[in-house]
Order: sequence, then C-alpha cells, then structure tokens
Amino acid sequence: MLQPQDAKELDDSQSDQSMSEDTRAEQPTPEEPRTHGVDISTLGRENKQRNIDEETIALEVKDLNLFYGESQALKSINMKIARNSVTAFIGPSGCGKSTLLRCFNRMNDLVDSARIEGSITMDDGDIYQKSVNVAELRRRVGMVFQKPNPFPKSIFENVAYGLRLLGINDRRRLEETVEKALKGAALWEEVRDRLNENALGLSGGQQQRLVIARAIAIEPEVLLLDEPASALDPISTLKIEELIYELKDEYTIVIVTHNMQQAARVSDFTAFMYMGELIEFDETNALFTNPKMKRTEDYITGRYG
Amino acid sequence: MDKLNLNQHISRQFNEELEDIRNRVLAMGGLVEQQLNDALQALIDFDSTLAEVVMTNDYRVNAMEVAIDEECTQILARRQPTASDLRLVIAVIKTITDLERIGDEAERIGRMAMRFSQARDAGKYLSGISHLGEHVSKMLHESLDAFARMDTEAAVKTARSDSKADKEYERILRELITYMMEDPRSIPHILEVMWSARALERIGDRARNICEYVIYLVQGKDVRHTSMEQVEKEAREFAERRKRESKT
Repeated sequence: MLQPQDAKELDDSQSDQSMSEDTRAEQPTPEEPRTHGVDISTLGRENKQRNIDEETIALEVKDLNLFYGESQALKSINMKIARNSVTAFIGPSGCGKSTLLRCFNRMNDLVDSARIEGSITMDDGDIYQKSVNVAELRRRVGMVFQKPNPFPKSIFENVAYGLRLLGINDRRRLEETVEKALKGAALWEEVRDRLNENALGLSGGQQQRLVIARAIAIEPEVLLLDEPASALDPISTLKIEELIYELKDEYTIVIVTHNMQQAARVSDFTAFMYMGELIEFDETNALFTNPKMKRTEDYITGRYG
Repeated sequence: MDKLNLNQHISRQFNEELEDIRNRVLAMGGLVEQQLNDALQALIDFDSTLAEVVMTNDYRVNAMEVAIDEECTQILARRQPTASDLRLVIAVIKTITDLERIGDEAERIGRMAMRFSQARDAGKYLSGISHLGEHVSKMLHESLDAFARMDTEAAVKTARSDSKADKEYERILRELITYMMEDPRSIPHILEVMWSARALERIGDRARNICEYVIYLVQGKDVRHTSMEQVEKEAREFAERRKRESKT
C-alpha cells in the first residue's frame, strides 16, 4: 500500500530569468574564516552494510508452512533473523507477514484451525517441539501490537505486571526494574512524577512506549513489533523508531510494518512477502536501492503488480 | 529491473513527474549537443556570429540544470523514490551536472572561435580539431541516445570509444608541438587550439560518465572508476541474467 500522497500539484514551471543568476557564488564572511578539520578516519571507510552470513543468528525458519484450515497462509518460508539487528517484514495486506511474526512466539497456537509444518529454531532447539513451555517461550520472545493495550492500572503496575507474574514481589527490585524499563523505552522523563496514575491517561504515543516498556521489563531476547507505530502521529512515530534503533543493541527486533519508508529507516534487513511467500530477503540498503526480484521492485516503487 | 516502466505507478502524478525529468534531461542534452556542434562549426568556419550565439546561449543550459535539479529535489522530498525510481533521479542529477560542464566546454570553444575568426591564417592548426570534434560530438549523441533508450549495450560501446578520443587528443598534441618548434611566433595561436582540443577531450570523458550513469540506472551497479573490461563483464552478466529471467 502506498502512503496517501499530497495531492497538490507540483509547480515546476520555473521561470528562466531567475535561473540565470549564479547562486553558487555565496562566500563565507571574512570575519569568521571557515576551516574544515579533516577526519582522516573517514578516508577509506567502508559504507555501513551488514551481511546476514556474518551475523549471529537468533532465529532460523526452515521450510515453514502454515495452514488456516484448508487455505495455506505461509508457503515454505526459509529465513534467518540476525541477533541484535532489526528485521522488517513488508508486503501488501494479507501477505502473511503478521502470521509469520506470530509464529515466532507461537501466538498462532491460539487459533484453532492453524496447523504448522517445518521448524523455527531458537538457540538450541525447535520452538514447536512438544516439550517447549509456551509461557517461557513468550517470556523470551516479547510482543507489542498495533494498538497500545495498557491494563487499566497505574503506570507502575503496567510495567511491573510481567515481573509479578514471574513471582517477583520485592518492592525495591520492582522499582529498579520499572525505572530501567521505562528509561529503556524513553518514557521515564515523561512519567517519573506520576507513576501511580492510571496508564489510560497517557497519550497514544506514550501508551505505546509504555507497552514496549512492559515488554522489555522481563528482558526478553527477541522483541516482535506488529505495526507498532501505525496508530501514532509522526512525532510519536519518530520516537518509537528512535527507540527501536536504541533497543537493537540489547534485543533482536522483528517488525511488521505497512509503512515502507519506516522499514527503510529502522531496519537492517528487510523481507518482502507476497501471497504467503517470502519473495526477497536482503540487507535493507540493497533491497531498497536495487532489489533482485521484479515483484519487490513493483511493490516498493508503487507500481501495479 | 527490467525496462524501466515509468508509466506504471499507481500514482499517475508520480509517473508524470518522472517522465518529465527524463524528457527535460533529453531536451537539455539536445541543447548541449547543438551548442557543441555550433561551437565547432564556428571554429572551423571562422564564423564570429555563430560563436557569439554559442556564448550567449550558455545561460540556457545553466538555467536548465538549475530547474531540473530543483525538480529532482522536490521528487526526493515528496515521493521518497526507491529502487529504479531512486536510481533514475540520482542518474538524472549526475547527468545534468556533466551536461552543464559540457556546455561550459562548448562555450569555451565558442570563445576561442571568436578570437580565431580574426586570424584566418591559423587555420592549418585546426585540421585535427574538426576530426576530434566530430568524434566527441558523436559520443555525446550516442550517450544521450543510450540514456533515452536505457540501452546498456550502447552505453558500453560508447564508453569504450572514449579511448579513441584520448588517442586522437594525444596525436593532436604531438602535431601542435611540432608546429610550435617550427615557428615559436605561432605559439599563442597554437595554445588556443590546444585548449580547444583539451576541451573536446574532456567532453569525451563526460560523455563516458553519462554512459556510466545509464549502466547504474539500468543495472543498479556503480561502474565508475573501474576498467573497461570490468564494465563489459558486468553488462554481459546482466544481459544473461535478464535473459534467464525472461525465460522463467
């Protein structure tokens, strides 16, 4: 889907006369001579690019098929998610990107008709083995949804909720963790004086960061974000994106987004999905400047498929 | 990827904008081509009127560069183009820079023609110039043609012919040096001719740059500052890959 574009017409009929002046002749004023220190290290510095083959792998998907009853929603997906990186899933509505995201913490178990073949490996073993404790898995793989869903409790209790579930009730330890999580979610400065107020009184952007704080309070290894900014205004969106960039030092992040520019901005790797298939998976810079598949090209440039 | 389908965006207005910058680059290219040919004509025919026209027309080239640059900036800001669209805008920005410089070189030749029109006896020094001029003018034409048709094969071929321009330039230099040694009084005139030859040689280089942008635009591969063999290899591999894809 394309972002709605500004419909105003471009005024590109520049007048010829005004263009003949040389606009490049600007010179620095003599009072403040401009110098430029040369940063030697910039010479010969390679452009920042990550390569999936050189990364530590946090999650590996192998021949994954997923069926909702008769219809197949995911078709033999194979991919690797690099540790401490941001991987974005893009694609049109109904392409299976959210479904794939939900596979990583077995949220699809909650759908009766869903059936899964293949495997997803995390560190040591397949997360779909019978012996896996699903609650424990979801502690290690946290998730944040499109619409912020704080509990109707205080800000403090929202963040402490996961810890209390784990049986931690020591007040000092809770306070420490809540502060750390809120700082991690870049919300601490805004709410430090009103931790006991109801979380529903926060703005949408703040609520979303609160939910992220709640997710990171229990220190998961992987953070799944399903359209985390699609219901937010541009400034809150930028704050969330900045947060994602900071969080990747500690967490492995997988994000589903409808907003391609957002995927281009925040992610290290991008997967393009279409009709339940993984069409192309590549380093983000490569995918957005020179995609290998025509389908990808058509989608990211907004052409008819 | 495949042929750049500029007209297949869901946003019709975006189609028009991309089509527009492409057309304007070609129009600018046509203007620069004419400037170059006029300058050469003026030099060879000792035509001061035509030389005057070339000199006064350079502002039109400059104005076009500024206008197209501005439109590209607007597209970048408003559309955030990706993939081949992004490469088109980048290639356009770079191409018009080279076209503008070619325009400057043409103007320089025009100025030279102006001074030469009063010195008809110096005509014998110009024999090599017209030959080199024809060659680089053809190169410029072909590079713009490759740009218009997004034809990497033609781009590679034209880029390769730049070495011919370089050799021709060296030949002219040797010839002019001989003239200088024979008659030192002719040195001021000959220096002028030398500068013209130099300007033409640079135009060849810039036409080659344009060919490289065409390859970048179509193949997504930056081939600047690589050897001609490397460029040809890339183009060949790309053509084969495309052939395979079209079969499947």
